Amino acid sequence: MSLSTPQPGSTRLELLAAMLRIRAYEEKIVAFHAAGPFPNVCTSVGQEAAAVGVVSALRAEDQILTNHRSAGHLLARGADPGRMLAEVMGRSTGYCRGRSGTLHISVKELGVVLTSTIVGGELSLAPGVALSRAMLGGEGIVVCFFGDGAACEGIFHESLNLASVWNLPVLYVCENNQWQAFVHRKETMVGDHVAPWAAPYGIDSLTVDGNDVESVRKAALHAAAQVRETRRPFLLEAWTYRQRGHMEPHDQSYVDPAEIEAWMAKDPISRLEARLLAEGECTTADLEALHAEARRAIDEAAEFASTSPYPDLSDLATGVYA
Amino acid sequence: MTQMTFHDAVDQALHEEMARDSRVLMFGEGTATKRKGLLKAFGPQRVRNTPLAEGIIAGTAAGAAATGLRPVVDLLFAPFLCFAMDELVNSAGKLRYMSGGQFSFPMVALAMTGGGWSVGAQHNHNLEAWFVHAPGLKVVMPATPADAKGLMKAAIRDENPVLFFVDIGLAFAPGEVPEGEALIPLGQAAVRREGTDLTLISYAKTVHTCLAAAEALAAEGVSTEVVDLRTLKPLDEATILASVRKTGRAVVVHEASRLCGVGAEVAALISEQAFDALRAPIIRLTGPDAPAPASYPLEQAFAPQADAIVAAAQQLVARTLEAAPIW
Ligand SMILES: Cc1ncc(C[n+]2csc(CCOP(=O)(O)OP(=O)(O)O)c2C)c(N)n1
Ligand SMILES: [Mg+2]
Repeated sequence: MSLSTPQPGSTRLELLAAMLRIRAYEEKIVAFHAAGPFPNVCTSVGQEAAAVGVVSALRAEDQILTNHRSAGHLLARGADPGRMLAEVMGRSTGYCRGRSGTLHISVKELGVVLTSTIVGGELSLAPGVALSRAMLGGEGIVVCFFGDGAACEGIFHESLNLASVWNLPVLYVCENNQWQAFVHRKETMVGDHVAPWAAPYGIDSLTVDGNDVESVRKAALHAAAQVRETRRPFLLEAWTYRQRGHMEPHDQSYVDPAEIEAWMAKDPISRLEARLLAEGECTTADLEALHAEARRAIDEAAEFASTSPYPDLSDLATGVYA
Repeated sequence: MTQMTFHDAVDQALHEEMARDSRVLMFGEGTATKRKGLLKAFGPQRVRNTPLAEGIIAGTAAGAAATGLRPVVDLLFAPFLCFAMDELVNSAGKLRYMSGGQFSFPMVALAMTGGGWSVGAQHNHNLEAWFVHAPGLKVVMPATPADAKGLMKAAIRDENPVLFFVDIGLAFAPGEVPEGEALIPLGQAAVRREGTDLTLISYAKTVHTCLAAAEALAAEGVSTEVVDLRTLKPLDEATILASVRKTGRAVVVHEASRLCGVGAEVAALISEQAFDALRAPIIRLTGPDAPAPASYPLEQAFAPQADAIVAAAQQLVARTLEAAPIW
């Protein structure tokens, strides 16, 4: 696959390409759903800037924990969309040999460790991963992605408290996408933001426009540098929006259309494209070529996944124990 | 051989394993305060107090185990495991399989349970079978200080998450403990007493009750074998089956309540695989389906008593004394 992974020195076009790859991947899943029965997936459409902005600020030695809405984080980190789709489809070529499905894909060689779809599970595991970094040496930091819903779990508070008391290098990244499954965060949170919940634990925080990839990246570079330097936690909140329903097949009948409309106007991909065009960094034809390349790569990935074999039935109960 | 308590035997195992492997560390509420020897020997990085938050203690252990450390966490009393259930069951137990084998979880979670301190049902609840039911976890519950040491060492070296239950009633009971390694492999039961008429199968404190019952039965001419399971998962099926094939009669004894308990599993195993050797039905003697009371006499009565075991044994032996198997 010819797609490159954005690194700390990435250009805006590389950031755009990374977002387009995520969008194309999620749209492929939507298309699979439209075509017939397909496993449930929580897509990250609309949240590409948060994923690419943060992950592009990381180094190879850093580690990532994530949740059920993880495709953007994985793809931004350089995961092979073919092996991801294969995992979603339960094929033996998937990253977890078809045992995870869409919800818990981890890729050890990319430092994407311990994806949990127990809401808050990633928060419970992150301090331990950072403890390993702290005790076994190395410069790496641990990034933990979670949602605004997870911040309402008790474990969020336990995690921040422990990471602070033990001085653990965790960059907590809350993607506040306004929704917690079928409930708006206004019904479950006093105040709009999660970032202020860091201060009582002695943790610095920042809220950033999560639909502006350049702002997210700048904030993440700052936050990651601080974690690297101080070996202490930091909480970055990306203010963003889940453009599709909680999971596929898509349903947003319970969402105020005005809210959707307002956020669609802030679509992270369109925003960056408009900026690039306005500043003469590329032409419409260049953009079309990037879109086409993303779609081509994902078509190829889908072909790989759909033609991959299912795991052998003899694999059912193997590898439960080490 | 040295005389020491169960508690000190666990401590010695921790010392030896931490000295042997720098990746081993221990944390929990009061761990650094109470285990002064460990703290002195290995320092505050490897022996830590934690906030009073069992979920994050267990989750941190799981995260650390997956990425290169070998944590031992003290979760104090078994009912507190309810606060750590997600981390133990959903993360430590499942993520190895779910990740397609990318990660392992070499960690030990320590918890006390059982009657003896009048602490009542929110500190005393023999819920070990819950963890036997959860995939990916191993469960041990030793009966002697020597086993406590040997099993703790084996648990720390195991690549899987191990629940290590300490029976409160045994914590300060002394016993002989061998010097040095003396590892006890997980999944190996011990025949504590040999006999030919009847097998008593138990673990933890009630092993000693069974031994007392066996003594009383010997006086009546009943030769009783006592099997101490030691590890509840993996279960040493071969030792159980060999014993019952020899004696033809089995009583399973534990303090935990009966429904879906370890005794149910052992009884099912015997009837599935040694039915033709049975000369009488299998009996389970267990704690009742009730929260453990604090009041000392009630708390003591909660666990099966030696006279009840003797009575059950007599019933089985009388019922089948002259009868050959009818099937
Ligand atoms: C412990 C737990 N409770 C409930 C669920 C069901 N569930 C899955 S995702 C989700 C919403 C999570 O909201 P948030 O953390 O904001 O993440 P988002 O889906 O918005 O990305 C819920 C309730 C779950 N998976 N785990
Ligand atoms: Mg949300």
